Amino acid sequence: MTDFPADRSITRKPDFSDAHLRRRYRAEARFRMYGIAAIFAALAMLAVLLGSIVSTGSSAFTQTEMALDIHLDAALIDPDGTRDPAILAKANYRKIVRDAMRAQFPDVSGRRNQRSLFKIISSGSDFDLRQFVEANTELIGTTQTIWFKTSADIDQLAKGAIPRDVPEGDRRVKDAQIGWFDTLDEDGRIRRSFNTTFFTSGDSREPEQAGVWGAVVGTALTLAVTLVLSFPIGVMAAVYLEEFAPKNRWTDLIEVNINNLAAVPSIVFGLLGLAVFLNFFGLPRSAPLVGGLVLALMTLPTVIIAGRAALQSVPRSIREAALGVGASPLQTVSHHVLPLAMPGILTGTIIGMARALGETAPLLMIGMVAFIVDIPRGFTDAATVLPVQVFLWADAPERAFVERTSAAIIVLLAFLIIMNLAAVLLRRKFERRW
Amino acid sequence: MNSLLLIVALLAVSALAYHYGRRKAFAAGSVGRLHSLPSYHGAYVALWCGLPAILVIAVWLMFQNSLVEGMVLAGLAGHVADLSEGQISLLLSDIRNLAAGDITSRAPDPTVLAAAERYGNLQRLGFVLMAGATFVLAVGGLYLGQRAIKPALRARPRVEHVLRWILLIASIVAILTTIGIVLSLLFESIRFFGQVSPIEFLFGLNWSPQTALRADQIGGSGAFGAVPIFAGTLLITVIAMIVAVPIGLMAAIYMAEYASPTTRSIVKPLLEILAGIPTVVYGFFAALTIGPLFRGVGESIGLPVASESALAAGLVMGVMIIPFVSSLSDDVINAVPQSLRDGSYALGATQSETIRQVILPASLHGIVGAILLAVSRAIGETMIVVMAAGLSANLTANPLEAVTTVTVQIVTLLVGDQEFDSAKTLAAFALGLVLFLVTLALNVVALRVVRKYREEYD
Repeated sequence: MTDFPADRSITRKPDFSDAHLRRRYRAEARFRMYGIAAIFAALAMLAVLLGSIVSTGSSAFTQTEMALDIHLDAALIDPDGTRDPAILAKANYRKIVRDAMRAQFPDVSGRRNQRSLFKIISSGSDFDLRQFVEANTELIGTTQTIWFKTSADIDQLAKGAIPRDVPEGDRRVKDAQIGWFDTLDEDGRIRRSFNTTFFTSGDSREPEQAGVWGAVVGTALTLAVTLVLSFPIGVMAAVYLEEFAPKNRWTDLIEVNINNLAAVPSIVFGLLGLAVFLNFFGLPRSAPLVGGLVLALMTLPTVIIAGRAALQSVPRSIREAALGVGASPLQTVSHHVLPLAMPGILTGTIIGMARALGETAPLLMIGMVAFIVDIPRGFTDAATVLPVQVFLWADAPERAFVERTSAAIIVLLAFLIIMNLAAVLLRRKFERRW
Repeated sequence: MNSLLLIVALLAVSALAYHYGRRKAFAAGSVGRLHSLPSYHGAYVALWCGLPAILVIAVWLMFQNSLVEGMVLAGLAGHVADLSEGQISLLLSDIRNLAAGDITSRAPDPTVLAAAERYGNLQRLGFVLMAGATFVLAVGGLYLGQRAIKPALRARPRVEHVLRWILLIASIVAILTTIGIVLSLLFESIRFFGQVSPIEFLFGLNWSPQTALRADQIGGSGAFGAVPIFAGTLLITVIAMIVAVPIGLMAAIYMAEYASPTTRSIVKPLLEILAGIPTVVYGFFAALTIGPLFRGVGESIGLPVASESALAAGLVMGVMIIPFVSSLSDDVINAVPQSLRDGSYALGATQSETIRQVILPASLHGIVGAILLAVSRAIGETMIVVMAAGLSANLTANPLEAVTTVTVQIVTLLVGDQEFDSAKTLAAFALGLVLFLVTLALNVVALRVVRKYREEYD
């Protein structure tokens, strides 16, 4: 014990010189700087990410519109004057819109030029006009100034996303179209208005007609299935494991299994859904039911883990008091422990649901990547969800879909922020320290 | 949809049964004479009424489809005898669509039309039978349950016994999920390895999964050597870790050791926002902003950078993983006992010397565990690489080229038209099995390392 090394040369003498001390302090400051730099790097990436999304996406919330003087010709729309909806629905509104365009630009002649002219108005404008007429049948026979959406390219031009100073061949909008647009603009026939279509319609091949409502409804249906399955099953499993399960190898196995399941890549759950729900049970592809099932299996470990933590934090004395006045174990849990643990469980569930809301990969596996125009009406209709809509639009080549993708991301992030805020508020309001 | 209505109706009947049982218990005697509270008598009757019926619905729904399809196919025996598996599934989907009144992929011939009608009839018959069985069971259960109600009935223990079993079954769902994952991956992978040898799959250097759909088709050699895919996954993961580990670890150290509580309470949630952003958003960002940016920078200094370079995907994935590394390491560093720090300060060490020479070695276990978990997350991450990494399987270590990953291949093989018995589709399941096993191994090791570390300082 006492035999110190005889050779003292191997133990270093402490260096108390000022130079050494300064070096150490500099090292200290440097190390601190690394930490600050790391945090700033991470936050800068966050800022760049959110900034780029918001700056490209915010313009999609407005839409350029142009005014046309439409003559609602009774002979074309309703020749017999019956105002019968079936006849109104069949009228040739495309011709009416095109006549109005020709009247606006009488000096455009030739098929090619006229076709080019018609491209500045949205190809869905005949449908918009039909809806207008059906809503205002008393106006048939009069001439009205109606605002129509411009086509996506003109919209991009108006927003400055398509530069005017490049050669004509390099941009999607031709010089003549720019000329017509400018003429309309000088006449005060161009305005920018809030893009309601984006929030009320389903997907479309035409950017100006495409909206997120179909995806939002699909998301709601999918998450409803997820919640209905994962919340009760998760809470029951947590209660069993925490309150009733005997401590043996079986329950150990369940516990290890749940922890591992929480870390399995989400795409593997998609493979499970494809092999089991679609191919074995023959459930319909692209349906919110299947999406919800897959996401429920994925969310279940999160709910169970959060539930167990919440149950653990309820003190023993509560249980003992209840048991002491004669409650059965199940009554103790359902009347006393579970209500006290509920805020914690709900917080965990909301966080799990938020994660399910942002999940894309497993839904690709079960066919929710289809191009779906209709708003889904039930759990077995073909549907898509917001993140998958983002994925689909991100692949679309049109310039106008870039801003719509970003706008869809903004909508998605807004939902996520709401859910996380709800979780935080719930925790603040009901959190109890025992 | 009809089944949903049936279940709702069943629940309503059970609720009525509950009220009936409770009323009957009240009527049977004064509450003091009852063994259990009247509500338990109600629950007893409701369980008798609802539980057997709902079990029957569940089993029926599980097997009705395959049963009906089997019967329809048996009716078409002469017609389908010489068809392949894929053609049969196509035929079946035609029959299903016809029965639902939708359009089919080709003009139906009379036998198929007849089969579709038979299919529709069988489905309706099945539903009627199921509804009938449910009704009989519900009413029978209600009768049996209410007959048992007398003051001496031990309703509470019996109800609680059943409820405990339900709780147990709920906790087994997680195990069933794992078993389902393993079985479905294993089953399809074995079919795949029946067509492609595992040696070729694991060690082959050439990946081009396009198999010829017709015998006379040219192109699509159908090579299934997965090494380039594994290499690509590894490359992107390494890039991601090079970004995430230093930044995440330094951020964790700063927040655990230097930052004031106020700074901490602001910065920590901000970093966690990074973890909460959906991966598809990162993918969009990588594909639209970072990829072109790197390409532009590369062009301006004369480097050939692919627009779907591994660097862009890896960098963005690294950013996604930063909060993962930092929050796990933060926990680990906070768990190091204060006495170690105090001892180090008492010897005259500066704060950074204490961190580097005392705290980091002491928390090394936990940090390694955190990094392993982060690696497993990076390997399994899908959307970023699907959107920002390439599709072609290049065997390269150059981060400026496009590479592909396991998850990208699974998605491209399975999205779109699929024929379920082709090697191309089954390859996705083999890749999925590899992915599952690798991430599972990483997770098990990491969780064990972290747990061991926790025990050290408890």
